[in-house]
Amino acid sequence: MPDVRTALYDWHVARQARMVPFAGYAMPVQYAGVVEEHRAVRTHAGLFDISHMARLSFGGTNATAFLDHVFTNSVAGMKLDQVRYGLLLNDAGFVLDDVLVYRWPYGYSMVVNASNRGKIVAWLTAKAAAFDVRLGDETDATAMLAVQGPAAVALTKGMFDLDANALKNYYATPTFYCRNGCVVSRTGYTGEDGLEIIVPNELAASLAEELVARGAKPCGLGARDTLRLEAAMPLYGHELTEAIDPLTAGLGWAVKLDKGDFIGRDALKAMARTRTRVGLELDGKRAAREGCPILAGGEVVGAVTSGSYGPFVEKSIAMATVPVALAAPGTPLSVDIRGTPTPARVVSLPFYRRPKPPETSP
Amino acid sequence: MSATVNLDELKYATSHEWAAQGGDIVTVGITQYAVDQLTDVTHLQLPKVGTHVSAGVPFGEIESVKAVFDLNAPVSGVVVEVNAPLASEPSPINEDCYGRGWLIRVQLAPGAGTAHLADKAKYDEQLAHDAH
Repeated sequence: MPDVRTALYDWHVARQARMVPFAGYAMPVQYAGVVEEHRAVRTHAGLFDISHMARLSFGGTNATAFLDHVFTNSVAGMKLDQVRYGLLLNDAGFVLDDVLVYRWPYGYSMVVNASNRGKIVAWLTAKAAAFDVRLGDETDATAMLAVQGPAAVALTKGMFDLDANALKNYYATPTFYCRNGCVVSRTGYTGEDGLEIIVPNELAASLAEELVARGAKPCGLGARDTLRLEAAMPLYGHELTEAIDPLTAGLGWAVKLDKGDFIGRDALKAMARTRTRVGLELDGKRAAREGCPILAGGEVVGAVTSGSYGPFVEKSIAMATVPVALAAPGTPLSVDIRGTPTPARVVSLPFYRRPKPPETSP
Repeated sequence: MSATVNLDELKYATSHEWAAQGGDIVTVGITQYAVDQLTDVTHLQLPKVGTHVSAGVPFGEIESVKAVFDLNAPVSGVVVEVNAPLASEPSPINEDCYGRGWLIRVQLAPGAGTAHLADKAKYDEQLAHDAH
Protein backbone atom coordinates (compact mmCIF):
# COMPACT_ATOMS: atom_id res chain seq x y z
CA MET A 1 0.00 0.00 0.00
CA PRO A 2 1.44 3.40 -0.88
CA ASP A 3 2.21 5.75 1.98
CA VAL A 4 -0.62 8.11 2.91
CA ARG A 5 0.06 11.75 2.07
CA THR A 6 -0.90 14.42 4.58
CA ALA A 7 -2.53 17.64 3.38
CA LEU A 8 0.95 19.19 3.47
CA TYR A 9 2.68 16.60 1.26
CA ASP A 10 3.09 18.93 -1.74
CA TRP A 11 4.14 21.73 0.57
CA HIS A 12 6.93 19.56 2.05
CA VAL A 13 8.12 18.47 -1.38
CA ALA A 14 8.12 22.07 -2.65
CA ARG A 15 10.34 22.96 0.29
CA GLN A 16 12.78 20.19 -0.59
CA ALA A 17 12.04 18.07 2.44
CA ARG A 18 13.51 14.60 2.50
CA MET A 19 10.43 12.39 2.65
CA VAL A 20 10.44 9.04 4.43
CA PRO A 21 7.82 6.41 5.20
CA PHE A 22 6.66 6.61 8.82
CA ALA A 23 3.74 4.64 10.30
CA GLY A 24 2.16 4.33 6.86
CA TYR A 25 2.57 8.03 6.04
CA ALA A 26 5.02 9.86 3.79
CA MET A 27 6.53 12.35 6.23
CA PRO A 28 9.37 14.90 6.08
CA VAL A 29 12.36 13.70 8.11
CA GLN A 30 14.29 16.94 7.54
CA TYR A 31 14.52 20.08 5.41
CA ALA A 32 17.72 22.05 6.14
CA GLY A 33 19.14 19.48 8.55
CA VAL A 34 18.29 18.04 11.94
CA VAL A 35 20.76 20.13 13.94
CA GLU A 36 19.71 23.44 12.38
CA GLU A 37 16.01 22.66 12.82
CA HIS A 38 16.52 21.45 16.39
CA ARG A 39 18.35 24.65 17.35
CA ALA A 40 15.68 26.80 15.70
CA VAL A 41 13.07 25.27 18.00
CA ARG A 42 15.23 25.77 21.10
CA THR A 43 16.04 29.40 20.25
CA HIS A 44 13.07 30.71 18.24
CA ALA A 45 10.34 28.61 16.61
CA GLY A 46 9.85 25.56 14.41
CA LEU A 47 6.90 24.20 12.46
CA PHE A 48 6.02 20.48 12.31
CA ASP A 49 3.46 18.56 10.32
CA ILE A 50 1.99 16.11 12.82
CA SER A 51 -1.07 15.22 10.75
CA HIS A 52 -0.13 11.56 10.99
CA MET A 53 -1.13 11.56 14.67
CA ALA A 54 -4.61 10.00 14.94
CA ARG A 55 -7.44 12.25 16.11
CA LEU A 56 -10.38 10.44 17.68
CA SER A 57 -13.58 11.87 19.15
CA PHE A 58 -15.94 10.61 21.85
CA GLY A 59 -19.58 11.58 22.40
CA GLY A 60 -22.53 10.07 24.25
CA THR A 61 -23.78 10.15 27.81
CA ASN A 62 -21.16 7.65 29.04
CA ALA A 63 -18.12 9.25 27.41
CA THR A 64 -16.61 10.38 30.73
CA ALA A 65 -17.10 7.01 32.40
CA PHE A 66 -15.81 5.21 29.33
CA LEU A 67 -12.63 7.25 29.12
CA ASP A 68 -12.01 6.87 32.85
CA HIS A 69 -12.33 3.11 32.27
CA VAL A 70 -9.64 2.99 29.53
CA PHE A 71 -7.31 5.88 30.47
CA THR A 72 -4.85 5.92 33.38
CA ASN A 73 -5.22 9.62 34.20
CA SER A 74 -8.37 11.15 35.70
CA VAL A 75 -10.97 12.23 33.13
CA ALA A 76 -13.85 13.13 35.49
CA GLY A 77 -11.45 15.56 37.19
CA MET A 78 -10.66 17.44 33.98
CA LYS A 79 -11.77 21.02 33.54
CA LEU A 80 -13.42 22.24 30.36
CA ASP A 81 -10.79 22.69 27.60
CA GLN A 82 -8.18 20.90 29.67
CA VAL A 83 -5.75 18.44 28.05
CA ARG A 84 -4.33 15.46 29.91
CA TYR A 85 -1.56 13.03 29.10
CA GLY A 86 -2.01 9.40 30.08
CA LEU A 87 -1.76 5.80 29.00
CA LEU A 88 -4.02 3.11 27.63
CA LEU A 89 -3.09 -0.22 29.23
CA ASN A 90 -3.92 -3.82 28.53
CA ASP A 91 -5.31 -6.08 31.26
CA ALA A 92 -1.76 -7.05 32.26
CA GLY A 93 -0.93 -3.40 32.99
CA PHE A 94 1.35 -2.91 29.99
CA VAL A 95 1.24 0.09 27.69
CA LEU A 96 -0.90 -0.05 24.54
CA ASP A 97 -0.32 3.63 23.78
CA ASP A 98 0.34 7.02 25.31
CA VAL A 99 -2.27 9.61 24.37
CA LEU A 100 -3.64 13.08 25.06
CA VAL A 101 -7.30 13.51 26.07
CA TYR A 102 -9.08 16.83 25.48
CA ARG A 103 -12.28 17.78 27.30
CA TRP A 104 -14.84 19.76 25.28
CA PRO A 105 -18.32 20.98 26.19
CA TYR A 106 -19.80 18.32 23.87
CA GLY A 107 -17.46 15.40 24.54
CA TYR A 108 -13.80 14.49 24.26
CA SER A 109 -11.00 14.16 21.75
CA MET A 110 -8.00 11.86 21.95
CA VAL A 111 -4.73 12.13 20.03
CA VAL A 112 -3.15 8.73 19.49
CA ASN A 113 0.20 7.69 18.01
CA ALA A 114 0.05 7.13 14.25
CA SER A 115 1.74 3.74 14.55
CA ASN A 116 -0.98 2.55 16.96
CA ARG A 117 -4.07 3.97 15.26
CA GLY A 118 -5.48 0.70 13.91
CA LYS A 119 -4.78 -1.20 17.11
CA ILE A 120 -6.24 1.50 19.38
CA VAL A 121 -9.36 2.18 17.31
CA ALA A 122 -10.13 -1.56 17.28
CA TRP A 123 -9.46 -1.85 21.02
CA LEU A 124 -11.54 1.20 21.92
CA THR A 125 -14.39 0.05 19.68
CA ALA A 126 -14.46 -3.33 21.42
CA LYS A 127 -14.35 -1.76 24.90
CA ALA A 128 -17.00 0.83 24.00
CA ALA A 129 -19.65 -1.82 23.36
CA ALA A 130 -20.64 -1.82 27.03
CA PHE A 131 -21.02 2.00 27.18
CA ASP A 132 -23.25 4.61 25.58
CA VAL A 133 -20.39 6.23 23.72
CA ARG A 134 -19.86 7.22 20.09
CA LEU A 135 -16.36 6.89 18.75
CA GLY A 136 -15.28 8.93 15.73
CA ASP A 137 -12.03 9.12 13.76
CA GLU A 138 -11.34 12.58 12.35
CA THR A 139 -7.76 11.95 11.32
CA ASP A 140 -8.32 11.92 7.56
CA ALA A 141 -10.44 15.09 7.40
CA THR A 142 -8.06 17.31 9.32
CA ALA A 143 -4.43 18.32 9.46
CA MET A 144 -2.43 18.89 12.62
CA LEU A 145 0.49 21.29 12.83
CA ALA A 146 2.76 22.10 15.75
CA VAL A 147 4.53 25.41 16.18
CA GLN A 148 7.09 25.10 18.95
CA GLY A 149 9.75 27.25 20.54
CA PRO A 150 10.15 30.29 22.79
CA ALA A 151 8.76 32.59 20.07
CA ALA A 152 6.04 30.20 18.87
CA VAL A 153 3.01 31.54 20.72
CA ALA A 154 3.87 35.20 20.12
CA LEU A 155 4.32 34.72 16.38
CA THR A 156 0.72 33.48 16.03
CA LYS A 157 -0.64 36.79 17.40
CA GLY A 158 -3.71 37.84 15.41
CA MET A 159 -3.93 34.61 13.40
CA PHE A 160 -6.76 33.04 15.39
CA ASP A 161 -9.92 34.43 16.94
CA LEU A 162 -8.32 34.12 20.32
CA ASP A 163 -5.18 35.27 22.08
CA ALA A 164 -3.18 32.05 22.23
CA ASN A 165 -1.06 33.59 24.96
CA ALA A 166 -4.12 33.56 27.23
CA LEU A 167 -4.29 29.78 26.84
CA LYS A 168 -2.81 27.97 29.81
CA ASN A 169 -0.30 25.18 29.40
CA TYR A 170 -2.14 21.91 28.64
CA TYR A 171 -5.35 23.69 27.72
CA ALA A 172 -6.94 23.84 24.28
CA THR A 173 -9.81 25.71 22.72
CA PRO A 174 -11.93 25.57 19.60
CA THR A 175 -11.48 28.82 17.68
CA PHE A 176 -11.35 30.12 14.11
CA TYR A 177 -8.63 30.40 11.49
CA CYS A 178 -9.63 32.23 8.29
CA ARG A 179 -13.29 31.94 9.39
CA ASN A 180 -12.99 28.14 9.62
CA GLY A 181 -13.24 26.18 12.82
CA CYS A 182 -9.97 24.91 14.25
CA VAL A 183 -8.52 23.77 17.57
CA VAL A 184 -5.55 25.45 19.21
CA SER A 185 -3.84 23.54 22.01
CA ARG A 186 -0.97 24.69 24.21
CA THR A 187 0.83 21.37 24.08
CA GLY A 188 3.82 19.88 22.31
CA TYR A 189 6.51 17.25 22.09
CA THR A 190 9.69 19.30 22.11
CA GLY A 191 10.20 20.55 25.66
CA GLU A 192 9.40 24.09 24.51
CA ASP A 193 6.36 26.31 24.84
CA GLY A 194 4.16 26.14 21.77
CA LEU A 195 0.90 25.23 20.12
CA GLU A 196 -0.62 22.29 18.32
CA ILE A 197 -3.28 23.29 15.81
CA ILE A 198 -5.94 21.14 14.14
CA VAL A 199 -7.43 22.60 10.96
CA PRO A 200 -9.51 21.30 8.04
CA ASN A 201 -7.23 19.80 5.37
CA GLU A 202 -7.99 22.66 2.94
CA LEU A 203 -6.39 25.21 5.27
CA ALA A 204 -3.25 23.27 6.16
CA ALA A 205 -0.97 24.73 3.49
CA SER A 206 -2.00 28.34 4.05
CA LEU A 207 -1.57 27.91 7.81
CA ALA A 208 1.89 26.40 7.32
CA GLU A 209 2.83 29.16 4.89
CA GLU A 210 1.70 31.88 7.28
CA LEU A 211 3.56 30.38 10.25
CA VAL A 212 6.77 30.16 8.21
CA ALA A 213 6.30 33.73 6.96
CA ARG A 214 6.08 34.77 10.61
CA GLY A 215 9.40 33.11 11.43
CA ALA A 216 8.79 29.43 12.18
CA LYS A 217 11.36 27.14 10.57
CA PRO A 218 10.05 23.99 8.86
CA CYS A 219 11.16 20.97 10.90
CA GLY A 220 11.00 17.26 10.18
CA LEU A 221 10.57 14.11 12.22
CA GLY A 222 14.35 13.98 12.76
CA ALA A 223 14.37 17.14 14.88
CA ARG A 224 11.09 16.13 16.52
CA ASP A 225 12.83 12.97 17.74
CA THR A 226 15.99 14.68 19.05
CA LEU A 227 13.93 17.45 20.70
CA ARG A 228 11.69 14.99 22.53
CA LEU A 229 14.75 12.96 23.56
CA GLU A 230 16.44 16.00 25.14
CA ALA A 231 13.13 16.72 26.90
CA ALA A 232 13.03 13.02 28.00
CA MET A 233 9.56 12.50 26.56
CA PRO A 234 8.88 8.82 25.83
CA LEU A 235 8.24 7.58 22.29
CA TYR A 236 5.95 4.63 21.72
CA GLY A 237 7.87 1.68 20.31
CA HIS A 238 10.97 2.79 22.21
CA GLU A 239 10.45 3.76 25.87
CA LEU A 240 6.88 2.45 25.76
CA THR A 241 5.79 -0.95 24.47
CA GLU A 242 3.45 -3.74 25.44
CA ALA A 243 6.35 -5.14 27.47
CA ILE A 244 6.60 -2.23 29.92
CA ASP A 245 4.27 -0.81 32.55
CA PRO A 246 3.86 2.96 32.98
CA LEU A 247 5.44 3.09 36.46
CA THR A 248 8.66 1.41 35.28
CA ALA A 249 8.58 3.87 32.36
CA GLY A 250 8.64 6.76 34.85
CA LEU A 251 5.09 7.90 34.09
CA GLY A 252 3.56 7.34 37.54
CA TRP A 253 2.42 10.99 37.54
CA ALA A 254 0.00 10.14 34.71
CA VAL A 255 -1.45 7.07 36.47
CA LYS A 256 -4.17 7.71 39.07
CA LEU A 257 -4.35 4.41 40.92
CA ASP A 258 -6.88 5.88 43.37
CA LYS A 259 -9.34 7.36 40.85
CA GLY A 260 -11.39 4.15 40.63
CA ASP A 261 -11.05 1.11 38.43
CA PHE A 262 -9.50 1.27 34.97
CA ILE A 263 -8.15 -1.37 32.63
CA GLY A 264 -4.78 -2.59 33.87
CA ARG A 265 -5.06 -1.05 37.35
CA ASP A 266 -5.24 -4.28 39.36
CA ALA A 267 -2.32 -5.77 37.47
CA LEU A 268 -0.35 -2.59 38.02
CA LYS A 269 -1.02 -2.59 41.76
CA ALA A 270 0.07 -6.22 42.05
CA MET A 271 3.28 -5.76 40.05
CA ALA A 272 6.68 -5.86 41.76
CA ARG A 273 8.78 -3.12 40.24
CA THR A 274 12.43 -3.93 39.75
CA ARG A 275 13.45 -1.55 36.94
CA THR A 276 13.01 2.10 36.07
CA ARG A 277 13.65 4.48 33.20
CA VAL A 278 16.82 6.58 33.45
CA GLY A 279 18.80 9.07 31.43
CA LEU A 280 22.38 8.35 30.44
CA GLU A 281 25.11 10.76 29.48
CA LEU A 282 27.96 9.17 27.53
CA ASP A 283 31.59 10.12 27.15
CA GLY A 284 32.51 11.41 23.71
CA LYS A 285 30.26 12.30 20.81
CA ARG A 286 29.50 8.81 19.61
CA ALA A 287 25.77 8.12 19.94
CA ALA A 288 24.28 5.09 21.64
CA ARG A 289 21.56 3.74 19.37
CA GLU A 290 18.45 1.79 20.27
CA GLY A 291 19.36 -1.71 21.36
CA CYS A 292 22.93 -0.98 22.51
CA PRO A 293 23.55 -3.14 25.61
CA ILE A 294 24.11 -1.40 28.95
CA LEU A 295 26.72 -2.95 31.19
CA ALA A 296 27.43 -2.77 34.91
CA GLY A 297 30.39 -4.72 36.24
CA GLY A 298 30.67 -6.58 32.96
CA GLU A 299 27.04 -7.76 33.08
CA VAL A 300 24.29 -6.67 30.71
CA VAL A 301 21.68 -4.82 32.79
CA GLY A 302 19.55 -3.32 30.02
CA ALA A 303 19.47 -1.85 26.56
CA VAL A 304 19.20 1.65 25.16
CA THR A 305 15.63 2.55 24.11
CA SER A 306 16.52 5.89 22.47
CA GLY A 307 19.89 7.50 21.95
CA SER A 308 21.40 10.29 19.91
CA TYR A 309 23.79 13.12 19.92
CA GLY A 310 21.74 15.88 21.59
CA PRO A 311 22.08 18.86 19.23
CA PHE A 312 21.32 21.50 21.88
CA VAL A 313 22.84 19.91 25.00
CA GLU A 314 25.79 18.94 22.76
CA LYS A 315 26.28 15.58 24.42
CA SER A 316 25.71 11.97 23.59
CA ILE A 317 22.52 11.11 25.50
CA ALA A 318 20.31 8.06 25.84
CA MET A 319 17.34 6.65 27.71
CA ALA A 320 17.00 3.11 29.02
CA THR A 321 15.42 1.08 31.78
CA VAL A 322 17.84 -0.35 34.34
CA PRO A 323 17.52 -2.16 37.68
CA VAL A 324 16.31 0.23 40.41
CA ALA A 325 19.60 -0.27 42.30
CA LEU A 326 21.50 1.27 39.36
CA ALA A 327 19.14 4.20 38.78
CA ALA A 328 20.58 6.85 41.11
CA PRO A 329 22.04 9.89 39.32
CA GLY A 330 25.81 9.57 39.13
CA THR A 331 25.81 5.76 38.89
CA PRO A 332 28.57 4.78 36.44
CA LEU A 333 27.48 2.43 33.68
CA SER A 334 28.91 1.40 30.35
CA VAL A 335 27.19 1.31 26.97
CA ASP A 336 28.37 -1.15 24.34
CA ILE A 337 28.38 0.85 21.11
CA ARG A 338 28.97 -1.64 18.32
CA GLY A 339 31.55 -3.54 20.35
CA THR A 340 33.18 -0.59 22.13
CA PRO A 341 32.33 -0.21 25.82
CA THR A 342 31.70 3.52 26.32
CA PRO A 343 31.65 5.08 29.80
CA ALA A 344 28.31 6.59 30.77
CA ARG A 345 26.61 7.80 33.91
CA VAL A 346 23.03 8.06 35.06
CA VAL A 347 21.71 11.62 35.03
CA SER A 348 18.39 12.99 36.19
CA LEU A 349 15.80 13.61 33.48
CA PRO A 350 15.10 15.67 31.47
CA PHE A 351 18.43 16.33 29.74
CA TYR A 352 17.06 19.73 28.77
CA ARG A 353 14.58 21.92 30.61
CA ARG A 354 13.47 25.19 29.05
CA PRO A 355 14.85 28.23 30.90
CA LYS A 356 11.60 29.78 32.16
CA PRO A 357 8.19 28.18 31.77
CA PRO A 358 5.46 30.60 30.68
CA GLU A 359 3.72 32.44 33.53
CA THR A 360 0.45 30.84 32.46
CA SER A 361 1.60 27.36 33.51
CA PRO A 362 -0.60 25.79 36.17
CA MET B 1 34.20 22.21 -3.02
CA SER B 2 37.93 22.41 -3.59
CA ALA B 3 38.80 24.00 -6.91
CA THR B 4 41.85 21.81 -7.44
CA VAL B 5 39.92 18.51 -7.52
CA ASN B 6 38.69 17.28 -10.84
CA LEU B 7 35.76 14.99 -10.08
CA ASP B 8 36.21 13.31 -13.46
CA GLU B 9 39.61 12.01 -12.38
CA LEU B 10 38.32 10.39 -9.20
CA LYS B 11 37.18 6.78 -8.89
CA TYR B 12 34.08 5.85 -6.91
CA ALA B 13 32.89 2.97 -4.72
CA THR B 14 29.22 1.98 -4.72
CA SER B 15 29.17 2.77 -0.99
CA HIS B 16 29.90 6.45 -1.85
CA GLU B 17 33.60 6.77 -1.10
CA TRP B 18 35.89 8.42 -3.64
CA ALA B 19 39.51 7.54 -4.38
CA ALA B 20 42.17 9.79 -5.92
CA GLN B 21 45.28 7.95 -7.05
CA GLY B 22 48.73 9.59 -7.25
CA GLY B 23 51.38 6.93 -7.85
CA ASP B 24 50.86 4.18 -5.26
CA ILE B 25 49.13 6.55 -2.80
CA VAL B 26 45.35 6.80 -2.86
CA THR B 27 43.49 9.57 -1.05
CA VAL B 28 40.06 8.54 0.21
CA GLY B 29 36.98 10.57 1.10
CA ILE B 30 33.21 10.44 0.88
CA THR B 31 31.17 11.86 -1.97
CA GLN B 32 28.84 14.85 -1.95
CA TYR B 33 25.93 12.45 -2.23
CA ALA B 34 27.00 10.76 1.02
CA VAL B 35 27.42 14.16 2.69
CA ASP B 36 23.93 15.20 1.56
CA GLN B 37 22.47 12.00 2.96
CA LEU B 38 24.23 12.48 6.30
CA THR B 39 23.58 16.25 6.57
CA ASP B 40 24.99 16.73 10.05
CA VAL B 41 28.20 14.82 10.69
CA THR B 42 28.63 14.64 14.46
CA HIS B 43 31.30 12.02 14.85
CA LEU B 44 33.95 10.22 12.88
CA GLN B 45 35.98 7.12 13.68
CA LEU B 46 39.15 6.77 11.58
CA PRO B 47 41.91 4.14 11.67
CA LYS B 48 45.45 4.75 12.88
CA VAL B 49 48.40 5.11 10.54
CA GLY B 50 49.73 1.63 9.81
CA THR B 51 46.32 -0.05 9.75
CA HIS B 52 45.78 -2.48 6.90
CA VAL B 53 42.58 -1.85 4.94
CA SER B 54 40.89 -4.03 2.34
CA ALA B 55 38.76 -2.96 -0.59
CA GLY B 56 35.08 -3.17 0.33
CA VAL B 57 35.74 -3.68 4.05
CA PRO B 58 34.89 -1.02 6.68
CA PHE B 59 37.86 1.04 7.90
CA GLY B 60 35.89 3.43 10.10
CA GLU B 61 32.49 4.91 10.70
CA ILE B 62 30.77 8.21 10.18
CA GLU B 63 27.86 9.33 12.28
CA SER B 64 25.16 11.92 11.87
CA VAL B 65 22.47 12.86 14.37
CA LYS B 66 20.17 10.26 12.92
CA ALA B 67 22.34 7.34 11.95
CA VAL B 68 25.76 5.74 11.74
CA PHE B 69 27.34 4.45 8.55
CA ASP B 70 30.39 2.32 7.82
CA LEU B 71 33.22 3.86 5.84
CA ASN B 72 34.36 1.23 3.37
CA ALA B 73 37.88 1.19 1.97
CA PRO B 74 37.74 1.62 -1.80
CA VAL B 75 41.22 0.08 -2.15
CA SER B 76 43.50 -2.37 -0.33
CA GLY B 77 46.69 -1.27 1.36
CA VAL B 78 48.14 0.41 4.44
CA VAL B 79 46.97 3.68 5.94
CA VAL B 80 49.88 6.13 5.69
CA GLU B 81 48.12 9.35 6.66
CA VAL B 82 44.91 10.28 8.52
CA ASN B 83 43.06 13.58 8.47
CA ALA B 84 43.16 13.54 12.27
CA PRO B 85 41.70 17.03 12.95
CA LEU B 86 38.35 15.77 11.59
CA ALA B 87 37.88 13.65 14.71
CA SER B 88 37.36 16.76 16.84
CA GLU B 89 35.98 19.02 14.09
CA PRO B 90 34.19 17.14 11.31
CA SER B 91 32.76 20.24 9.59
CA PRO B 92 35.29 20.20 6.68
CA ILE B 93 33.48 17.05 5.50
CA ASN B 94 30.24 19.01 5.17
CA GLU B 95 31.95 21.97 3.54
CA ASP B 96 34.59 20.45 1.30
CA CYS B 97 34.29 16.66 1.05
CA TYR B 98 36.59 16.43 -2.02
CA GLY B 99 39.24 18.69 -0.51
CA ARG B 100 39.81 19.54 3.16
CA GLY B 101 37.35 16.81 4.14
CA TRP B 102 39.50 13.93 2.86
CA LEU B 103 39.70 11.03 5.34
CA ILE B 104 42.76 8.80 4.86
CA ARG B 105 45.65 8.15 2.47
CA VAL B 106 46.40 4.55 1.64
CA GLN B 107 49.56 3.08 0.16
CA LEU B 108 48.34 0.45 -2.27
CA ALA B 109 49.17 -3.14 -1.44
CA PRO B 110 51.31 -4.91 -4.05
CA GLY B 111 49.07 -5.71 -7.01
CA ALA B 112 46.20 -3.60 -5.65
CA GLY B 113 44.65 -0.85 -7.75
CA THR B 114 41.53 1.13 -8.49
CA ALA B 115 40.39 -0.66 -11.64
CA HIS B 116 37.42 -2.22 -9.81
CA LEU B 117 36.02 1.22 -8.94
CA ALA B 118 33.55 3.20 -11.03
CA ASP B 119 34.43 6.28 -13.04
CA LYS B 120 32.34 9.43 -12.68
CA ALA B 121 29.92 8.56 -15.47
CA LYS B 122 29.21 5.15 -13.99
CA TYR B 123 28.88 6.53 -10.45
CA ASP B 124 26.46 9.22 -11.67
CA GLU B 125 24.46 6.46 -13.29
CA GLN B 126 24.29 4.66 -9.94
CA LEU B 127 23.08 7.84 -8.22
CA ALA B 128 20.42 8.39 -10.86
CA HIS B 129 19.32 4.78 -10.35
CA ASP B 130 19.32 5.12 -6.53
CA ALA B 131 17.10 8.18 -6.78
CA HIS B 132 14.26 6.04 -8.13
